[in-house]
Amino acid sequence: MTDQPGPPAADHRVEGDPSTLKVVPVRHPWRWVASAVILVLIAMLVNTLVFSHVQRGGVREGRFQWAVVGHYLFATPVLRGIVVTLELTVIAMVAGVLIGVLLAVMRLSPNRLMSGAAWVYIWFFRGTPILVQLFFWYLGISYLYPQLGIGVPFLTYLGINPPLTVASTTLATSFIAGAIGLSLNEGAYMSEIVRAGIISVDEGQAEAASSLGLSRGLTLRKVVLPQAMRVIIPPTGNETISMLKTTSLVSVIAGTDLFQATQNIANTTYQIVPLLLVASLWYLFFTSIMTVGQYYIERYYARGASRQLPPTPFQQLKASLGRTRVRPVPALADAPWVAPHD
Amino acid sequence: MTDTSPRPADPDHAALPMVSARAVRKAFGRLEVLKGIDLTVRRGEVLCLIGPSGSGKSTFLRCINHLEKIDGGELSVDGELVGYRQSGNRLYELKDTEVCAKRAEIGMVFQRFNLFPHLSVLDNVTSGPLWVRKAPSGKSKDRARQLLDRVGLADKVDSYPNQLSGGQQQRVAIARALAMDPKLMLFDEPTSALDPELVGDVLDVMRDLAVEGMTMIVVTHEMGFAREVGDTVVFMDGGVVVEQGDPTRVLTDPQHERTRSFLAKVL
Repeated sequence: MTDQPGPPAADHRVEGDPSTLKVVPVRHPWRWVASAVILVLIAMLVNTLVFSHVQRGGVREGRFQWAVVGHYLFATPVLRGIVVTLELTVIAMVAGVLIGVLLAVMRLSPNRLMSGAAWVYIWFFRGTPILVQLFFWYLGISYLYPQLGIGVPFLTYLGINPPLTVASTTLATSFIAGAIGLSLNEGAYMSEIVRAGIISVDEGQAEAASSLGLSRGLTLRKVVLPQAMRVIIPPTGNETISMLKTTSLVSVIAGTDLFQATQNIANTTYQIVPLLLVASLWYLFFTSIMTVGQYYIERYYARGASRQLPPTPFQQLKASLGRTRVRPVPALADAPWVAPHD
Repeated sequence: MTDTSPRPADPDHAALPMVSARAVRKAFGRLEVLKGIDLTVRRGEVLCLIGPSGSGKSTFLRCINHLEKIDGGELSVDGELVGYRQSGNRLYELKDTEVCAKRAEIGMVFQRFNLFPHLSVLDNVTSGPLWVRKAPSGKSKDRARQLLDRVGLADKVDSYPNQLSGGQQQRVAIARALAMDPKLMLFDEPTSALDPELVGDVLDVMRDLAVEGMTMIVVTHEMGFAREVGDTVVFMDGGVVVEQGDPTRVLTDPQHERTRSFLAKVL
């Protein structure tokens, strides 16, 4: 304090007793308007999904026929279709990741032939539609190569046929053709994801590993790939979710996946929409599980990258239930005009 | 100073210099970084490389453990050529596995630490022995704990690198290099990325190493360290060795104009 009283304008402090003042937060009227609109839309959605009815062929029935949906949701053909869909997803993703790692390493190889071969593979499989590729594996293979065999290349020109041959049609079932087509296609996409991950790791890491005497292979396996995983995992999760749904394309080559199973039922009962809903509900169920799984895998590979691991979804839920309203936290906690917490 | 301490078993071997460079040349594309380096490092010697940035100090250091391949001249460590094997009048390039085996005997410490961020401090230090030497896990861990204790970080074994300060990370990096029982340690500006108050701890660890007789080549801007701990100071500029000798003499009474003008800027 100074003895000379300054001009009042120079005094920036609050007038009156700071502890009794009420803090008025900024008002957001448009947020309230937007919220009202959303609420009305939610009400409309619930109404049309649950309560609304419609006349079909002189019969008044629930618009979405949930009873029919419920009837077929756990039907045996549908459950069998789910097994096929999940099998195809797992096979295509595991094979896709393995092919992807191999191609990524090849593309980063100093050998031009290696990187060139990988480039051509990616160019081809990314450049043609997966639907066309599936038809090729299912129909094209047995047309081009009626007999498949294992033997030494080029010996057929000398009249020596391979000892083991089999008719292509027995090999190229819709499941195998689907699994091969999806795997090879996925490998092309995964290789770009893996390559991006490998490039994202600081060069100093490989140098430090080399200086300890690690070989190129060990460096990749023990140092580079584990760190690349942080970059690789999120898009791989997307690819897996995408793959679950892409497997429905095998229905065009007579696969018996989830989608085809529901279609088969719909073709005999003509209850097309309810069975589309059955398929949709199951796809949503599995993608939801994958989303949660992806979160935990990401968290695992974040070790060492961020100082504090992000909270799990359950921790977040608990935290948001614990405090119903977020208190405004002042930048200066000990500012004189902030009322003490009650 | 530290004359080569002769090993009674093999006096010939002990008399060999640890590092010997003759007319070593290195170019990146058209840029000639090393224009004929001649240098000898004796066993147990601490050699400090100083000079302006771009003078080729770090490149020369990286040539010694074959992180960079030399384009000409002759470079040998412990009596063996770096990257080649001589047989008659032919030089055979070494295979990857042979290069790795030689690197494992040379420790290197980087300016930016380069610890493995996905591994705990203990796992960083045991990485070399476990992965390269296939040493037993229990023994490697005991040894790693000893080394971490020696660099003053016994309480950080379970931390991850990004939970440590720069000075602590660099001391872990030194422990990681020492875990391979190297015969030679290379330091590439080990304190340049550190806050000033953290430099001392790292230099203390290096000083202890020097006292214990480790052969060290240190690229540094710490003239105090060079004078106190170094047996030799080498001043490089423009890809050549301009001047070398006793640290006190080089740093206080440089003979060349280029050395004088560099020291005038940094001292």
